[in-house]
Amino acid sequence: MEYDIIVVGAGVVGCSLARELSMYNTNVAVIDKAYDVCDGSSKANSGIVHAGYDAEWGSSKAKYNVEGARLYPSLCAELNVPYKRCGALVVGFSDDDKETLKRLYNQGIKNGVKELSLIDGEEARKLEPNLNKKVTCALNVPTSAIISPYELTYALADHAAVNGVKFYLETELLDAQFVDGLWHLKTNKGEFTAKAFVNCSGVNAAKINRLISRKSYQIIPRRGEYYLLDRLIPLPFERTIFQTPGRMGKGVLVSPTVHGNTFLGPSSNDIEDGSDTSTTVDVLNFVFDKARLTWPEATMRNVITTFAGNRAHEDHGDFVIGRVEDAPKAYQALGIESPGLTAAPAIAVELKNLIVEDMQLDKKDNILPAPHRNKPFIDMTDEERAEAAKKDPAYGKIVCRCEQVTEAEIRAAINRPVGARSIDAVKRRARPGSGRCQGGFCSTRVMEILAEELKISELEVTKSGGESKILTGRIEDVEGGCPIC
Amino acid sequence: MLEKHVDILIIGGGPAGLAAAIGAKEQGVDDILVIEREDSLGGILGQCIHNGFGLHRFKVEMTGPEYAQMDIDKVRELGIPTLCDTMVLSVDENRRVVAINKEQGLMVFNAGAVILAMGCRERPFGALGIAGTRCSGIFSAGTAQKYVNLMGFIPGKKVFILGSGDIGLIMARRMTLQGSEVLGVAEIMPYSSGLNRNIVQCLDDYGIPLYLKHTVIEVRGKERLEGVTIAEVDDMRKPIPGTEKHFDCDTLLLSVGLIPENELSQGANVEMSNTTSGPIVDDEFQTSKAGIFACGNVLHVHDLVDFVSDESMKAGKAAANFINKKTKKGTIINMLDGKGVRGVVPQKLKIPVDGEDAENVQVMFRPDKVYENARVKVYNGDNEIYSVKKRILAPGEMADIILKKDIIQNLQNAPIRVDIES
Repeated sequence: MEYDIIVVGAGVVGCSLARELSMYNTNVAVIDKAYDVCDGSSKANSGIVHAGYDAEWGSSKAKYNVEGARLYPSLCAELNVPYKRCGALVVGFSDDDKETLKRLYNQGIKNGVKELSLIDGEEARKLEPNLNKKVTCALNVPTSAIISPYELTYALADHAAVNGVKFYLETELLDAQFVDGLWHLKTNKGEFTAKAFVNCSGVNAAKINRLISRKSYQIIPRRGEYYLLDRLIPLPFERTIFQTPGRMGKGVLVSPTVHGNTFLGPSSNDIEDGSDTSTTVDVLNFVFDKARLTWPEATMRNVITTFAGNRAHEDHGDFVIGRVEDAPKAYQALGIESPGLTAAPAIAVELKNLIVEDMQLDKKDNILPAPHRNKPFIDMTDEERAEAAKKDPAYGKIVCRCEQVTEAEIRAAINRPVGARSIDAVKRRARPGSGRCQGGFCSTRVMEILAEELKISELEVTKSGGESKILTGRIEDVEGGCPIC
Repeated sequence: MLEKHVDILIIGGGPAGLAAAIGAKEQGVDDILVIEREDSLGGILGQCIHNGFGLHRFKVEMTGPEYAQMDIDKVRELGIPTLCDTMVLSVDENRRVVAINKEQGLMVFNAGAVILAMGCRERPFGALGIAGTRCSGIFSAGTAQKYVNLMGFIPGKKVFILGSGDIGLIMARRMTLQGSEVLGVAEIMPYSSGLNRNIVQCLDDYGIPLYLKHTVIEVRGKERLEGVTIAEVDDMRKPIPGTEKHFDCDTLLLSVGLIPENELSQGANVEMSNTTSGPIVDDEFQTSKAGIFACGNVLHVHDLVDFVSDESMKAGKAAANFINKKTKKGTIINMLDGKGVRGVVPQKLKIPVDGEDAENVQVMFRPDKVYENARVKVYNGDNEIYSVKKRILAPGEMADIILKKDIIQNLQNAPIRVDIES
């Protein structure tokens, strides 16, 4: 398969870049070993568009963070995905914390972050009455925002796809050789050739880099574990509440999500295997205890799920973005940990600019807009719901009762340009099973719809690809048949 | 948008909704509508193909579908309108009900009375905070039951079960019968939360071990479940290090509690109980909002469908009385959980005013632990008004007492408290 440009990694950086490149006259493919786009760090993180006070002035992190945050509102509007400027407080409990917050404030000003202010505990509690009484100081960050990282990534992928980018999933890069002016990429699905090669592969980026470069990077998967709470409880905080950061990152947050849930997390623990997103008892307990520092009334009663994601922490602690020095027409975005999500749109623009310059690409005359996406049923007024059901009766069938997801929306999730092929993929695109019953009622129906739309047997439907099948057989195939009927 | 009036709108066409409809009709209200989200009536009974239903109410043992059919037939015979495949989206305190389906689209009903009969749902895996991967092969027992009994699929071959709720026990037997291997059932409490007969008939008869005071502490498996680790827990329900046991299995079923499904109730701002997770009701099953009634598992989780039906029949009658302006007018007093008692229902009681006939009131609750030869005592203020000896009380079986009408007639305006004295 021949392409001009191959992007390795279908996370938020890879998909952002693919979308940028799709606006030029060039052939682009994205390959990823996972079963779905957005299957690594991009799907399990805090979903924060960081204002930019946290990254050290002059670092790549600071540069792309601030620029990414600036790009977000228009990007989300264009892609029709949620973006909410809910603001943030970084809270402190001691004089030491206060000093750190002052440093962050000054760093933020230097980085160009607007509207920052230092406030005391009383003022913080006026803004957020559920804050711990022990909070003595806070950095108020009105420009901090929240998004849905996976909805964004799916929308980026869809927009890229309608403008001609091809996505090859379950396609793992095994080797890369530059021969006669072309990259030859060996994968488990055959060989690809490309004039240019971009490494956006998250926790695997160092491994991929070693295939093409002698310069060695070390990426340590740094796992973060989270609790997600039911959105039926009133939000304890309107803003994202950070604690004063330490050496291992930004600490445990308590934050609203764009869907009205609250999450607690993440932890920060270095692990060996970047694909291991297990949760652990001790760490979950740690997260809960930490969250209670911010929010003393937190209880386990409203937890609907726990999950983990891995950050791609590069040993030197900064992003590595740009041309690969010792390989021709090769580019990379490496060490993309927090604020990677925030930075992704800016990283994509930077890499696109380099590639456009090196390959002398022209912009397309006819760029298609992002595919239209209907307002979620749950957000519609009664009048809009009546109208939607009149136009498409499948809007009259609620499949997921917790999140009020209709059959129409589930079918749409499967039939998107980069569509869902598994229960989890549908869940993240349309939200059935994201609510308090976690799919107890709707998963059977989602499975049937998947089988129907994909024209496969129910036995082939998986939770998230590979061997994650839901069912192991049919009763009629059991020896002797069903003993009851 | 279609907007119409209905005297009594019943949300849910399971055993509670059907019995409530029958009760309301028999009490003289004709304009009733039962709304059911699934494509057929009967609720969860449809997938409960085992027997054991109906012994109390019909004095015969039936399967779930047979039991449901009794009420479905009765509803048809009485000519009560029902609307299946229809989802109620919201109810407000003025009893405006918005519903939607594929055929009619969005509908608005202005109801004279609303009966909440939405039932309950299972506590999901995610809520338990169990460590490990997020692989496939983990089901709530009811979901697995639906796959097996309604859809004809086998969810797994080597099964471990967490929680000894009745559905878990029933599924232990069901999975065994259809050829899967059930390795064991872990229960975090020192006693099962299921009915004793189910432990005997579903576990003991098949040699399936029950690990009391044990819980699953970790699940393993990259894509499909590969195994679980269980551990013994101490009295604080914390796992005891060194007691871990590993099981290789491809399936974990969960039967770790049922939660009344009250999203709609909360939308109507009815006052809720933290103990039952259902609405707070008076002895006529009326919630804190006039004309909104609740019954069945949405009110509090029952052990037997027979009791759901009895309760719902009463709620239906009470809703009909509300329509006919015959709701009791008496002074309201609170019913409180006393020593050893959790989740008294009803939580409020009306002292009949002059000219009103008192009726017997059934009071239901769960003990907080197992009691043998204990006494249930009821106080009205400081006065003991009722006392009864119970040979055995267990959290797995709902307890009830009947306060006779002469007691009700003579109540003082002071809270009622139910105690267990061992």
